Amino acid sequence: MHINFQLNGRAVSVDAEPETPLLWVIRDQLGLKGTKFGCGIGLCGACTVHVGGRPARSCITAVNAVENATITTIEGLDPHGDHPVQQAWRQLQVPQCGYCQSGQIMQAAVLLRDFPTPTDADIDAVMAGNLCRCMTYPRIRAAIRIAASLMPPKVAGE
Amino acid sequence: MSGHDRIRRWASWGAGILLVGLLGFGAFAWRPALPAVATPAPSSFGSDVVAHGATLAAAGYCSTCHTVKGGRAFAGGYAMNTGFGTIYSTNITPDRDTGIGTWSKEAFRRAMHEGVSRDGSHLFPAFPYDHFTKLSDADDDAIYAFLMTQEPVHAPDQPDALPFPLGIRALQAGWKLLFFKAGRFFPAPDKDAQWNRGAYLAEGLSHCSSCHTPRNLLGAERSGAARYTGASIDGWLAPALTGANPAPAPWTSAELSTYLFEGISRFHGTPAGPMSPAAHGLNALSPSDRDALVSYIGSLTQGNERPQATATATVKALEADKTSAGRQTDPDARLYVAACASCHYNGSSGINPSRPDLQTNTVVHLCDPTNLIRVILFGIDAAEGAPELVMPAFASGFSDADVARIAGYLRRTRTDQPPWLDLEKKVAAIRAQKNGT
Repeated sequence: MHINFQLNGRAVSVDAEPETPLLWVIRDQLGLKGTKFGCGIGLCGACTVHVGGRPARSCITAVNAVENATITTIEGLDPHGDHPVQQAWRQLQVPQCGYCQSGQIMQAAVLLRDFPTPTDADIDAVMAGNLCRCMTYPRIRAAIRIAASLMPPKVAGE
Repeated sequence: MSGHDRIRRWASWGAGILLVGLLGFGAFAWRPALPAVATPAPSSFGSDVVAHGATLAAAGYCSTCHTVKGGRAFAGGYAMNTGFGTIYSTNITPDRDTGIGTWSKEAFRRAMHEGVSRDGSHLFPAFPYDHFTKLSDADDDAIYAFLMTQEPVHAPDQPDALPFPLGIRALQAGWKLLFFKAGRFFPAPDKDAQWNRGAYLAEGLSHCSSCHTPRNLLGAERSGAARYTGASIDGWLAPALTGANPAPAPWTSAELSTYLFEGISRFHGTPAGPMSPAAHGLNALSPSDRDALVSYIGSLTQGNERPQATATATVKALEADKTSAGRQTDPDARLYVAACASCHYNGSSGINPSRPDLQTNTVVHLCDPTNLIRVILFGIDAAEGAPELVMPAFASGFSDADVARIAGYLRRTRTDQPPWLDLEKKVAAIRAQKNGT
């Protein structure tokens, strides 16, 4: 079946079985490889993308569930790769092997929208679903704090 | 008189009474066919009447039951799995052969008000004529005008799969005698105009109690104190709309309004399952009709009468959330934090409606875990509930035991209610039903 949605600001139409994981469509059909396949059961966070501005594990989100929705992947988070989270990530050289990092960044971007000045408890709880086997957690937490200071002030009503 | 003669006499009396009874019932059940008419031209209806009919059709969810998934709107064929068998909805496009193209306005009104088809046969109460009977003639005519201006679709009716004798439509006259009273809506004199308008919409057009009121053995809505106390519908539980609703944060007017018309309530999450098309349909209502509906439903939930409960529930929810941070020793908590907290945790700053709180959400407090299990297994699509809000479907990743552990964990840590029993079996059963019904 044909499924239409917005991907990183452009309209796309894909032909896929309705239950196909969104991740497969993004990587294999639409060719954006920044989003990673990790556990495949929604428990590691490597495949996190934004659907309607909210984080979603794309490995267990069926493509028919996002009909007409707006999807952002790591490639579309900022046109120049300069989202405050990405700046902070570069500043602290957060990644080690890097495999989980696009998911971490996508999750962290929403974390900062929901919690502009996050506590350690907020960071731990919201980032708990994003695993990093290289154990970069201390740098992730520190980078989120830096990113919080770089975030533009929230516009009223946003 | 010999024994044989006596038996013969009794038998002939019995047969006579039965015959008279059958004839009497036949006469009682008989309704005339109304003449087939020329299909009115779409241009014969005023555009304002058609627009009004479109609004009414949306808020009465006509297309929800009269459209099969992926099929043409209003062309019927949607299967309704009732306790008595499967009934298929009919084609209500103006097609002359398979739809309602030969129906006059009078025939349409009779169907809406009395549950009788144009050909005189009785309709099954899966078609909620027990509610539509309350509609005004003007509103009926507007819906008729709207339907008659739709594209005709050739789609023959599917035969119903009802065991004998339930498929005999004449018997519906008996059902009506027992449970149905035709009649328009009469405003309650002791209530204000807004409440009465809401009652007209809820009890007539939007037929809320069709899903939210439990039914008796013969499929009729129970009356009296049982009204709006919640019921099973299409594999989901329609929660109570009365004080029996167990949500710790009360369903106030504000929460009803955001839930129904914005697709998300801060404390109660988003409409899912069969409620999702209902909420979308109600969105067509004018602002004053929305307020009226909320006024009426709010008088059932009585949520406005305990405003302090919202604050108490919020404090408790945020307290429970704190347990999601830091090292977890309980394996159930670890599973919850890994799979759920990244989107559902709210922290100390308050409850964010985009991060649906699972302590205040009605679903965790219901007597039955069905709705929670369904949402965990099958997720929420962008088209349901709040615009673009998606919850992934954990069916492919989670075993029945995993889902049961998360549901049990939430029940244990987020409510004061008794534990749900046989959770794993329930998960397996719901998984086997697949999404939909």
